[in-house]
Amino acid sequence: MIPAQVTAPDGLLLILALFLPAVSLLAIFVLGLRRPERIALPTLAGGLVVALIVALQVGHSGQAATYRLGGWLPPLGITLRADGLSAALIAMAALILFVVAIYARGNFGSEPDGAESRQPMVFWTLLLGLATALNTVFLAQDLFSLFVALELLTFSAVPLVSLEGSRETLRAALRYLLFALSGSVLYLIGVALLYGAYGTLDIASLHQVTRADRATSIALGLMIAGLMAKAALFPLHLWLPPAHAGAPAPASAVLSALVVKAPFFLILRLWFDVAPQPQPAIAGTMLAALGAVSILVCSVLALRQARLKLMVAYSTVAQVGYLFLVFPLVMGSEAAVPWASIGWTGGVLQLVSHAFAKASMFLAAGLIAQAMGHDRIDDLGGAAQAVPISLAAFALAGLSLMGLPPAGGFVAKVMLLTAAVATSNWWIAVTILAGGLLAAGYVFRVIGKSFAEPAKGAPPRNAVARSSELAVLSLAAVALMLGFLPLQPFAYLAIGQGGLP
Amino acid sequence: MNAPTLYGLCAAALVGIGLFGLILHPTPLRKVISFNLVGCGTFLFFGVAARRGAGAGFAGDPVPQALVITGIVVAFAATAVAVALILRMLEAGVATMDSRPEPPDDLSP
Repeated sequence: MIPAQVTAPDGLLLILALFLPAVSLLAIFVLGLRRPERIALPTLAGGLVVALIVALQVGHSGQAATYRLGGWLPPLGITLRADGLSAALIAMAALILFVVAIYARGNFGSEPDGAESRQPMVFWTLLLGLATALNTVFLAQDLFSLFVALELLTFSAVPLVSLEGSRETLRAALRYLLFALSGSVLYLIGVALLYGAYGTLDIASLHQVTRADRATSIALGLMIAGLMAKAALFPLHLWLPPAHAGAPAPASAVLSALVVKAPFFLILRLWFDVAPQPQPAIAGTMLAALGAVSILVCSVLALRQARLKLMVAYSTVAQVGYLFLVFPLVMGSEAAVPWASIGWTGGVLQLVSHAFAKASMFLAAGLIAQAMGHDRIDDLGGAAQAVPISLAAFALAGLSLMGLPPAGGFVAKVMLLTAAVATSNWWIAVTILAGGLLAAGYVFRVIGKSFAEPAKGAPPRNAVARSSELAVLSLAAVALMLGFLPLQPFAYLAIGQGGLP
Repeated sequence: MNAPTLYGLCAAALVGIGLFGLILHPTPLRKVISFNLVGCGTFLFFGVAARRGAGAGFAGDPVPQALVITGIVVAFAATAVAVALILRMLEAGVATMDSRPEPPDDLSP
């Protein structure tokens, strides 16, 4: 069993990370229906401060921060825990949410006359709901709390898709909801089976008792299949492009950058912390094969899109595919533990760098569409003069997707490539290279069209807010700076790994 | 065959029927009802786990029942969101969701 451990003072910050956005969400209903951003923005800023303190403390103490609700120990009690990976992801989510909130003041700022309006109110409350849900996914330590967190994430994400209320976005939202619900119900069946087999849902306890028997395999298979539908892995990706392309730009940014990462994070935990060791090689290869098909098919589809936002959305499916390449790369490696292998580190870095790059890309696409009045790629001529900063951010984020130096995506993809070669998974190496080329194709297509001469009689450009442009550029800059990380497993991410406190 | 096995088979049948409907019915409302069927089957599974005493070795385990209550609330909320979306779709004049995916609205004014 797990040794009793008193809650360290830094554990209280974990509660704050969940508590702050949830309370502020309620406060909007009570206090601020007219000016919801006045409550939401400071909350997200506070959330960023809390996340950074947690991340620094975890790094400083060199061990995971733990909080046990009411002092109860698992399996009866509920534990919140931030290891190195969780702390890094919380900081990532908080930073992206804060920058998106700054950007969204332009889209969803309240009316100057103080009139109450539906869209801003809904947007800001859902953004806070997302913040709560993401922090819960990254911190919770038992499979049922994680189910509740996933559902909270779904209920916050789906209405964001249909904010504009047009037919297509409503349809996209409903399709997203049905995929997500099917995924969560499969996950829940798996939870029931695991509970029936082991009598506990605490990840650290399960880590010690799971056996390689049929019930465990079926349970984990159902859970991972359900999470695949939520993470939009081929062939369960059909809901993502219309949903992410139909949402308003700030909503698309958080959906693509953060929401699809939460189910992948859970798959990672199930695979490395819950599944009995060693994991079946065939399952890992199958996940990677689906990831490879995602990369190739959706990159080609991205190349063929006529609209900028749909192109970026298809690119999300392709980039999420890279994450699933991790499993065979880790199993084949010689590292004693997964997080000491270069494949695992590359996967995590791909997750983080794609989050920043894709958030920046969707926001830039939103500004380009706002300035040009449309988002048809073929008619983007003149965009380079109209919104140079946004286009620069788009290009910098594109570097990360392609995997060109010095972007964060470069380091991630080189790590994955090195791991693929080291474990002689040549087909994975070829897929990574082909995916990079295809990404270069679709990014350069947009850049090339934007530098073309504007068509005669083109409508006048609309002005975009400078603060929004700088927000976009700052996200792209972070994606770029990740490229200066060293090409080796990071000690920080390994803090507290292994499913044990 | 003892009672938990019978209930377990019922749960499996409910999940199967629900998944069938969720994948094959074209109308959104039927999909939502099918989702609820899968949910019911899942909750019954938790009941079976409780009755079997789970892995902890109790005669009747109370924890799954607490989980089921939360699960029912979540499924209820999910159904409410789905029905609200379907109502909005009907107001906007969309009857089914199996038409080909359309590109999002033109952003031009």
